[in-house]
Amino acid sequence: MSADKQIRVTPLYQMHLDAGAKMVPFAGYEMPVSYPLGIKKEHIHTREKAGLFDVSHMGQIRLVGPNSKKALESIVPVDIIDLPLMKLRYALFTNKSGGVMDDLMVTNLGDEDLFLVVNAACKDADYDHLQSTIGDDCKVEFLEDVALLALQGPKAHEVLSEIAPSTSEMTFMTARQLVINGMNCLITRSGYTGEDGFEISVSAKDAEELAKLFLSNTEVEWVGLGARDSLRLEAGLSLYGHELDNDHSPVESSLSWALSKARRTGGVREGNYLGADVIISHLDEGAESKVVGLQPEGRMPVREGAMIEDELGNNVGKVTSGGFGPSINRPIAIARLKKSYIEKNSKLFALVRDKKIAVEVVSLPFVKQNYYRG
Amino acid sequence: MSIKFSEDHEWIQSQGDDLVVIGITDFAQEQLGDLVYVELPEVGDECSRGENISVIESVKAASDLIAPVSGTIVEVNSRLEEEPELVTEDSMGDGWFIKVKLSSPEELDDLMDESAYNNFIEE
Repeated sequence: MSADKQIRVTPLYQMHLDAGAKMVPFAGYEMPVSYPLGIKKEHIHTREKAGLFDVSHMGQIRLVGPNSKKALESIVPVDIIDLPLMKLRYALFTNKSGGVMDDLMVTNLGDEDLFLVVNAACKDADYDHLQSTIGDDCKVEFLEDVALLALQGPKAHEVLSEIAPSTSEMTFMTARQLVINGMNCLITRSGYTGEDGFEISVSAKDAEELAKLFLSNTEVEWVGLGARDSLRLEAGLSLYGHELDNDHSPVESSLSWALSKARRTGGVREGNYLGADVIISHLDEGAESKVVGLQPEGRMPVREGAMIEDELGNNVGKVTSGGFGPSINRPIAIARLKKSYIEKNSKLFALVRDKKIAVEVVSLPFVKQNYYRG
Repeated sequence: MSIKFSEDHEWIQSQGDDLVVIGITDFAQEQLGDLVYVELPEVGDECSRGENISVIESVKAASDLIAPVSGTIVEVNSRLEEEPELVTEDSMGDGWFIKVKLSSPEELDDLMDESAYNNFIEE
C-alpha cells in the first residue's frame, strides 16, 4: 500500500484485538469481521439479545448554515426541508443519470444543522460531492476524531436505558443528544440489522469507555462485520455496491419507498435534484428491473454474481447479495431481475459452479423487522 | 496409521492398501469460521493432485478443497451435506470429507508430517 493509502484503524482497534477479533481490511480500515463467538452465534445473539458493533469507519458529516436543508435537498430525491426536528430520514445521493452514488441517514439536529452518516467506502467521494455541489450554500464539516457504535437487538433498549433512562421514550428514526457519564452522545434509534436498536456517535476519546459500559452488561456481546452483513441480508436491507450502484436508479433498486412524495410528480417540491428526469420517469412509467428476495432450493448458498436464468436459459438477472441466514438456517439471496420475468412467474434458476439451483422469488425481508414505533 | 498434511491445510490418513481418508485441519476449520454447506464429489470420480474436488461454504464465503493426492474417490462423508458443523466440531474425526484409492502412492512422500505442518502454520 502506498503511504497516502495507509490502512486506518478506529478508536476501538485495541479493544477488538483484546477481544480476540479476527481483523480484516475493509474500506481502508482494519476492521473486526468476527470475534471468538463466530459469525453464526454473533448473528443469533443480536437477534435474541444485544450486539455491539463498531461502525466508526462510516463517515460522519455535518451540514451547517442557514441554507443547509435546502442545499441538501438539491442533491437527494428526499424531503429534507420538512424533516422534523430530531428525526432521521433515509436518503440517497443520486448522479446525473439517476443512479445512486451512496445511501445515507440524515438527522435534523435543528437550527439548520444536519447530521449525515454515509458509507465508509464512499465517504471521501461523498465529501467531495457535497463540497462541489453545495459547498457554497452551507458549511460541509467532515467529523474527525469521532466513533460510531451500534447497539442492536431486542435487549438494546434495556441496556441503553440503564445508563440513559430517557432513551426508552425514543421511537424508531428519532434522535437525542445526551450526556452519559460525562460523555456527549448523539443517539439515534436506528440500525442495519432489522432489530430495534441504537447508533451512538461519540468522540473518539470516549469511545472505549462507552463500549466498556455497554459490554459490562451480560446481555451484550461484540458483533463483527460478518454478522452485520448476514443480519442486514436477512432483514432485506440494501448494501451500497450490491443492491445500489451508479448504474441503477432507486426505482430499479426497489427503493421507491425512500423517494418522498414532495419530490415526485405533482409534489410540492417536485424534481430539482441530480438525475430527477430519469428517476421520475421510472416512478411514473415503471422501470425494467427490480431488486427482489430469492429463496434457493436446498442448502447450497447462492452468492453475489451468480447469474439467474429461466427454464429456456434466458438471462433474467444477477444475484447482488447472497449467503446464509443463520436465524432461518437456510441460504438466502437478493437479486436484480428483469421485471417481465417476475411478472410472468417463470421458473428461475441460479447458476452456481455450472449447477442450476432452483430459486423462488420471495418478498423481502426474510425475517420480520422489529422496529420500535411506540 | 500414519497421518500427513498438505499446504492447503488438509490431513491425509493412510488406511493401508493405498487407501487414504482426507479432511481439513483444525487450523483450516478455524480460519473458515462457521460452515454452512459442503459440496462433495461423487463416488467413482477421479481426482488429480491440485484439482478442486469439493467446495466448503462458510457464512461469509466459498472455499475450494484441493486434492492433495491423485486417485479415485471411493467414499464420501455424506453426513456433511446435512451437518456441515461436524467439520467445525470434529475436523479430524466425524468431519472427514472423502476416501481416496491412490493412483500414485508416492505422492504421499511430498506431504508434511505433523511436526512439519505445525511449523508451517506457525510461519
